[in-house]
Amino acid sequence: MHKVFLSLLMLLALPAHAALTVFATVPEWAALAQEIGGSRVRVYAATTGLQDPHRIEAKPSLIARARSAQLVVATGAELEAAWLPLVLRESGNRGVQPGTPGYFEAASAVTMLDVPQVLDRAHGDVHAAGNPHIQTDPHNIRKVAEALAERMVALDPAEAMAYRAGLQAFLGKWQAATARWEQAAAPLRGVPVLVQHNAFPYLTRWLGLKVVGTLEPKPGVEPSAAHLSALLGRLRDAPARMVLRPAYQHEASSRWLAERAGIPAVTLPFTVGGTPEAADLVGLFDDTVRRLLAALPVR
Amino acid sequence: MNKSSLTALAVALSCALPALPAGAATDADLAEIRAQLQQMKSAYEQRIATLEQKLAKAEGAAANAEAVAGEAVSAVRQASLRPPAAAPATGFNPEISLILQGQYRRMKEVDERRITGFWPAAGHDHDDHGHGADRRGYSLDHSELVFSANIDPYWRGQAVLALQDGEVEVEEAFFQSLALGHGLGLKGGRLRSGIGYLNEQHAHAWDFADAPLAYKAMFGEHGSYAQDGVQLKWVAPTPFFLEFGTDFGRGQNFPGTDRNRNGGNAGAFFAHVGDDLGSSHSWRAGVSYLQTRAKDREAHFADAGGGDEAVGGFAGRSRTWIADFVWKWAPDGNPKYRNFKLQGEYFVRRERGTFTCSNEEQDLGNSCDPGNAGASVVSDYRSRQSGWYLQGVYQFSPNWRAGLRYDRLDSGRRDFGVNAANLVADEHKPKRVTLMADYRWSEFARMRLQFAQDKSMRGLTDNQVWLQYIMSLGAHGAHKF
Repeated sequence: MHKVFLSLLMLLALPAHAALTVFATVPEWAALAQEIGGSRVRVYAATTGLQDPHRIEAKPSLIARARSAQLVVATGAELEAAWLPLVLRESGNRGVQPGTPGYFEAASAVTMLDVPQVLDRAHGDVHAAGNPHIQTDPHNIRKVAEALAERMVALDPAEAMAYRAGLQAFLGKWQAATARWEQAAAPLRGVPVLVQHNAFPYLTRWLGLKVVGTLEPKPGVEPSAAHLSALLGRLRDAPARMVLRPAYQHEASSRWLAERAGIPAVTLPFTVGGTPEAADLVGLFDDTVRRLLAALPVR
Repeated sequence: MNKSSLTALAVALSCALPALPAGAATDADLAEIRAQLQQMKSAYEQRIATLEQKLAKAEGAAANAEAVAGEAVSAVRQASLRPPAAAPATGFNPEISLILQGQYRRMKEVDERRITGFWPAAGHDHDDHGHGADRRGYSLDHSELVFSANIDPYWRGQAVLALQDGEVEVEEAFFQSLALGHGLGLKGGRLRSGIGYLNEQHAHAWDFADAPLAYKAMFGEHGSYAQDGVQLKWVAPTPFFLEFGTDFGRGQNFPGTDRNRNGGNAGAFFAHVGDDLGSSHSWRAGVSYLQTRAKDREAHFADAGGGDEAVGGFAGRSRTWIADFVWKWAPDGNPKYRNFKLQGEYFVRRERGTFTCSNEEQDLGNSCDPGNAGASVVSDYRSRQSGWYLQGVYQFSPNWRAGLRYDRLDSGRRDFGVNAANLVADEHKPKRVTLMADYRWSEFARMRLQFAQDKSMRGLTDNQVWLQYIMSLGAHGAHKF
C-alpha cells in the first residue's frame, strides 16, 4: 500500500515536460537509446543480458512499464513474439501499438540474414523475417542508431537538436571504435568456429569467421548426446578452432564438445550486461573481440 | 587481336627491315623508311591504347551489370521469402492455430460423477458426461481451433472454438480494443471473466490435465466462468502492475442460469497487483468478486424418507469471492533451463434465495411430493461453501517438468429451511492430491503423465491415471503470465 501511495505521489510530482520514456525489449537498445537521448530520456530495459529474449513471459512488471512508455524499442523479426504483443495489448497504451510512431523495430533498419527458404516448424524455431540477433555487428548498431534517433526526433520534436547531437557524438565514437575492432580482429578472418545457437550470423560475417557447425540440431532445440558425438566426429575432417556461446545459454553442451575436441569454449556477452565487462555498447564489442582473440592459439 | 601480338608484329617488322641489302638504298631513303615505320608504330600503339580503354570500359560495365543483377536477385529472393507481407491475398488472413488434445484416463466407474456436498454445475442429467473430460479410457479430450487477428487499427478479434463430435462450442469469441489508450481495455462478446488466476486460461495452458477441484465445484467442468457480455479493464500508471477490471453480461453459466431478460444477470469485479522482486522473481496477486442470479437451477437430492430422488430447484443470488496469487522463480529470470511456479486460489461462495423441492416421477412419491404429482415444498435457502488449491510446478531441464497439486473443498453450511426435513443434504470435505510429470519436445508439443488420488465423492477413493498429449499447430499466440 505504501508503494501505491508513493508512486501516486511521484506521478503528481512529475514536471510538465518530462523526459521521453523508452521501453526497450533488450539491453542493447536500452543502451543505444540512452547514448542518443542522454538525460532527455528515461530508459527501461525489459530483459537483462542473461535472459533468453525468445523465452520471456508477459510478466506483470512488463505490462506496467509498457503502460507508461512513449516509445517501445524492439528488435522485431519475431524475437519477442512470445511476450511483447501480449504485453502491449494488455498495457492499454495506444501510443506504442505496432504500426504507431511509438513502436520501433530495429530489424527494419538493417539487412536481414538467414531469411528461411521454407517456413516449416519441422526446422525448429525459424524466424520468417530472418535471424533476429542483429546486434552482434557494429555496422548494424550504427544503422539502428540513425533510424532510432530520427524516431526519437519525431516523437519529441522539441528536443530534436539534442537527439541529433547525441547521435553525432555516438557515431563519432562508434566509427573510431569500429575501426579499432576491425583492425584488432584481423587475425580472426577465416577462422573456423562452431556455434551453440545460430546466434552469430552477423558477427561471423562482420569478422569473417567461418561457421562450420551448430550445436543445436535445429534452432531452439537442445542438442542430444548423439548429435554432439556426430558433430565431434565431423570435426576430425573439418576442425574448428573454438565454440561460441551467447552468455544467456547454458554452457553444458559447448563445454562438452570443447573438452573433447580440445578447443576453447568461448562465452560471448552477446548483449550489454552479458558479461561484467560488457557494461555498455563499446564495452560489448571490446569484450567480444577480446574474448575471441584470447581463444586464438598463440603462434 | 590483343596488344602483345600487335607489338610483336611491329617489333618483328622493325627488326627485319635493317637486314635489307644496304646498297639498295641511300641513307636518306633509310631514314625516311625509319621515320615511316616510327609513324606506323606510334599509330598502332595509339590504336592499341584506344582498344584497351574500350575493353576495360566494357569489362567494367559487365562487372557492374553482374553486381546489379546479383543485388536484384537477392532482393527478389528476400522479398519473395517474406511470406505474410508479399503473399497477395492470404496475407490478411487471421492467425489460425489448432490445438490437438487427447488422453488416456483410468478411473473408477461411477454412475453420476459429482462432487459430494456441492451443487452439480451440469444440472441433473444422469447421462451428462460434461466435456469428455470425465470419460474413461481413450478419448479426444478437447480440440480447440483459435482464430485471431487485428481487425483494423482500433480493434482486434479472437475466437476459440471447441470441436467435439457433432458439435462446435464457442468457448470465446470477442473483440478487443487496441486504441482506447489511458490504460483502458475493452472486450465484448463471449469471454472468460478476468476473475481469479486460472479462469482466463484455456485447458491447453493448464499445468495439470484437469482443472482444480475448486474450479470444477464453483464453475463446472470447463474450469472457467465465461459469459456473453462486456469487460472493461484499466491498468494504473504505476511503476508496478496494478489493474482493475469489471465484466458484466448475460450470466448464463453456472452458478447463475440463463434468465431470458433484457438486463444483465451477472457482474464481476477484479483487481490485480504484481511486480518483480529482483531479476529472478515475479508475482501477481488478485481479489475478485462475482455476483449472479439463478432461477430453476436444479439438482437431485436423496429423499429423507427413502422414497424417490427429490428434485431441488434454487432461485436466488450467488456471490463468490476469490483470492489468488502466483509466484514464479527462474534463475536470473531465464526460465528456459529451470523455473518454479507456485500458485494458489481460495474461493468462498454465499448463496441466498428459495429452494423448491419436488418429485420428478409421476407414479411414486417422496417427502416433498407424497403421491400427488405437481406438489412441491418451497423453503428459504442459504449456503456458505469454500474451497482452495495450491500447486507447484518445477521445470528442472529444458524438456521436463514435475508438479504437485493439493485440492481441498468444504461443503460448509447449507440451510434448507423447512426442506431440511425432506431431503438428505450431504456434508463433505473433498480432498485430492495430484502428481504430474510432463515432457515437451518444443513449445508446441507436450506429453503428460498424471496420477491423482481423488476423494471428492464421499466414501470413495478414486485413484486416477492420465496420459495426455497437447500439440498445437499453426500461429500460436503468446500465453498470459
